Amino acid sequence: MIEFSKPSIEYFELWPLLLVFGVACLGVVVEAFVPRALRYLTQVVLALVGLAGALVGVVLVARDVKTYDDGAARGVLAVGGTVAVDGPSLFIWGLVLALGIGGILLFAERHLDGGLSAFAGQASAVPGTDAETAAVAAQREHTEIYPLMMFAVFGMMLFPAANDLLTMFVGLEVLSLPLYLLCGLARRRRLLSQEAALKYFLLGAFSSGFFLYGAALLYGYAGSMDFAAINEAVRNDVGSNSLLLIGTGLLSVGLLFKVGAVPFQAWTPDVYQGAPTPVTAFMAAGTKVAAFGAIMRLFYVALGADRWSWQPMMWIIAVLSMVVGAALAITQSDIKRLLAYSSVAHTGFILTGVLGLQASDQLAVGEITSVQAVLFYLTTYGFATLGAFAVVSLVRDAGGEMTAIDRWAGLGKESPVVAAVFAFFLLAMAGIPLTSGFVGKLAVFSVALAAGAWPVVVAAVLASIVAAFLYIKVIKVMYFDEPVGDGPSVAYPSVLTATTIAVGAAVTLVLGVLPGPVLDLAAVAGEFIR
Amino acid sequence: MILTILILLPLVGAVVTAFSPHAVARLVGLGFSGATLVAAVVAAVQYQADGGMQLTETYSWIDSLGVHYALGVDGLGILMVLLTVVLVPIVLLAGWRESDAPGNNGAKAFFAWTLALEAMSLAVFTATDVLLFYVVFEATLIPAYFLIGGFGRSGRGRAATKFLIYQLAGGLVMLASVIGLYVVSANDGNPSFLLSDLAAIDIDPITQRWLFVGFFIAFAIKAPMFPVHTWLADTTEKATPGTSVLLVCILDKIGTFGMLRFCLGLLPDASQWATPVVVVLALISIIYGALVAIGQDDVLRLIGLTSLSHFGFIVLGIFVFSSTGGTGAILYMVNHGIATALMFLVAGFLIRRTGTASIREMGGVEKSAPVLAGFFLVGGLAACGLPGLSPFVSEMMVIIAAFDHHWLVGAVAVLAIVLAAFYALWMYQRTMTGPGLSAVEDLDRREVGILAPLALALVLFGFFPMPLLDVINPVVHDTLAGVGVAQEAGQQ
Repeated sequence: MIEFSKPSIEYFELWPLLLVFGVACLGVVVEAFVPRALRYLTQVVLALVGLAGALVGVVLVARDVKTYDDGAARGVLAVGGTVAVDGPSLFIWGLVLALGIGGILLFAERHLDGGLSAFAGQASAVPGTDAETAAVAAQREHTEIYPLMMFAVFGMMLFPAANDLLTMFVGLEVLSLPLYLLCGLARRRRLLSQEAALKYFLLGAFSSGFFLYGAALLYGYAGSMDFAAINEAVRNDVGSNSLLLIGTGLLSVGLLFKVGAVPFQAWTPDVYQGAPTPVTAFMAAGTKVAAFGAIMRLFYVALGADRWSWQPMMWIIAVLSMVVGAALAITQSDIKRLLAYSSVAHTGFILTGVLGLQASDQLAVGEITSVQAVLFYLTTYGFATLGAFAVVSLVRDAGGEMTAIDRWAGLGKESPVVAAVFAFFLLAMAGIPLTSGFVGKLAVFSVALAAGAWPVVVAAVLASIVAAFLYIKVIKVMYFDEPVGDGPSVAYPSVLTATTIAVGAAVTLVLGVLPGPVLDLAAVAGEFIR
Repeated sequence: MILTILILLPLVGAVVTAFSPHAVARLVGLGFSGATLVAAVVAAVQYQADGGMQLTETYSWIDSLGVHYALGVDGLGILMVLLTVVLVPIVLLAGWRESDAPGNNGAKAFFAWTLALEAMSLAVFTATDVLLFYVVFEATLIPAYFLIGGFGRSGRGRAATKFLIYQLAGGLVMLASVIGLYVVSANDGNPSFLLSDLAAIDIDPITQRWLFVGFFIAFAIKAPMFPVHTWLADTTEKATPGTSVLLVCILDKIGTFGMLRFCLGLLPDASQWATPVVVVLALISIIYGALVAIGQDDVLRLIGLTSLSHFGFIVLGIFVFSSTGGTGAILYMVNHGIATALMFLVAGFLIRRTGTASIREMGGVEKSAPVLAGFFLVGGLAACGLPGLSPFVSEMMVIIAAFDHHWLVGAVAVLAIVLAAFYALWMYQRTMTGPGLSAVEDLDRREVGILAPLALALVLFGFFPMPLLDVINPVVHDTLAGVGVAQEAGQQ
């Protein structure tokens, strides 16, 4: 007997989320009613104000949020228990919004390619036809990209905050669909871009199917979609264990696909390479943050009591991701593909933190927790990735961005600043001390080792060595190799891209030297609520 | 406070040098290295020779991880600091014109990176928090990488990459052990990286062994020891002699420094457990390094490989666990720094004159350049342990300790003296005597000024090693007491 009752909506706790959604809808209205000449400016300002407003909102909500259930955690279950506004949610919201602002700045960049953005003038025009030429000549551009991105940001906020399987699925789809579309909108190399979009869509849809199937099985097991109820069921060991295990496995497929973990990584290099670089930057950073938030919520909140079942699976996937990602990255000759494979390796490192879950009575006072470590790693990874891809968009030749690594030779002499910044991001990804990447690695390795996952840590260390070789190889090309032909040329960015890069580099440096405040913030975020 | 100043001075100097006008950059850089030297002397004067950690400062750095910004020096630390601050100005002077030569990255970059390297090295030798140590340990690699890759002979880019990969690999293996220490301390109830906190924990023997392996691999690569030494020859061959001095005479000391402080200091049981293997590796390094050096044709490569042999001696001295051996090893670290710096710099001056590094293409230099040949001979004789020069004292102490440990160990180690005489004197004979190059310009006053302090130090400490021994003995005493080895009076 199911009774329907109107859920109460906690508007105060949810207003950052609702603001982003509202701005996204408003963006669609702007497309319909504002004259073409004004749309670019209107959309960019609207999106930036929306994101900044939501960021302020997150801070206000975070200051005000109540302790939950008299426990260590803080937060509120909103909308009839379907959305959990707790510490980790708010941390991830803030991070996604900050990365979103960087993404909008990169989207809006028009200085690099002769006054045009990186997006197709008319997406419907078949590549190589007169219609395309006409669109370029008329300096047309799609301003729909801004509302699309806002919808994606909304999805990225809902996804990790979802407190039942259906809301999580809605979040997953809302974040994915706009990204599929954005991936296919590159101005240059359009066939590659469209291929990337199609590949991403087909595989993404397939993985969503897995997620739904898993959700159905878990519902069959627990009799509820709600994470707290599933947790209860797991604790009390009701129902068929095989339903639980198969359901968990299928849900993992859907989630691990989104973060690009091996063996679900095959889409990553193609999509990262084909998508317009600003989209790659935003997608690589934002999706990973949101999806890891969701992974932690599902596995810690709903399935935490069953962790002896899923930790071994995570062990294997983490090791595979690190080793395969690092090894395949070495063979790449394209910088975007290289960064894609390196992001697969990073997925493995973050999973190393995820599997470091321990019960609170096993932790010493003041010892770092796995949530804290993963949130910190996501912060470091997000900003370094955003910055690195932003730098990639600067190095160009007549055909657009020049992503072949061997053509980057001599960049250290051609443009010392750009080369130095990029080298810095690479060193951060390699985890060299005094960059944020080092502290991130330290944090996730610590929690994994404390949880007894020493084989994973050993594999992680070995994979780090392989990965270090890869980043150093690129640095060597930039600084010590002789340029091929004319050598690379660096386009001067407007203040938009420059700001994104500068902020990315600053965060990477500060978190490397003084990581204390952000680690503390992640500690204050505390545990997930049920 | 003085130690922080000591680290900040060259660090600030590196930044200022990098942004100062080209005309004065070198003077600025030299000025900062001079100021650092003065600061180090001030620190040394404040230091009391009777042992323990001194001049300490401790601030919390990363609370969530129990990391502290903690500095302090014991006798070993202060000696390494002094060695560093003395060698850096000498290297800068030696690279005055060379680093500006076409094909190199410019004197400004050389001076700035060298100062950055100095700052990081000083931090390594003064850090008393394991994570701080690790951070600066890894941070030394970046300036070193750009010094190798930016200055020297063709093929240096590849050598720089090889160097960095080896060092990073070692560093990451060590990271696992560093984190392991953190987990051990967390399980003990007080998550901390502070050396003094960690030393108070009784770590169980099996864990100790795993942690030891991680630390030892990193320090063996750094030192370097057989079989992870192969980066050494390539690096010293391609880099400038000045860079090689920084790498071999300063940075590599971190390896043996770390063995003393972390392996013996924190993991005493495991260190004793590993002794047989380490001693064998050290002996192989001693003999193999000398044999390979004999066969080299490239002067710089040859000198680089002799260090493999010398580091074998140092490690042997550390791991025989006797006061004679420990004192000898630390003394050896200082002496090796001075003697090898002399060899590298003379060889550098020689190569600049002859235009080749190939021993086969040289010869007869002593006729036209007797002063150069004289310094070369002093360096060579120091390397083969001639009495009256300081390496003799330390080498003898290590060999005596080796005989005490086991007669076979001593017998093998003693062979190295013969081999050292062979590579040093044969190199001298082939390059300096006989027919060959005529009209090699002799050293000018600047170059003599650079080399003379090193040669004088070799002679001085050859006859009066006591001031060094007074500083070293308390460290050795403390370290061995920690390991639990009963011992006699602290010196020979």
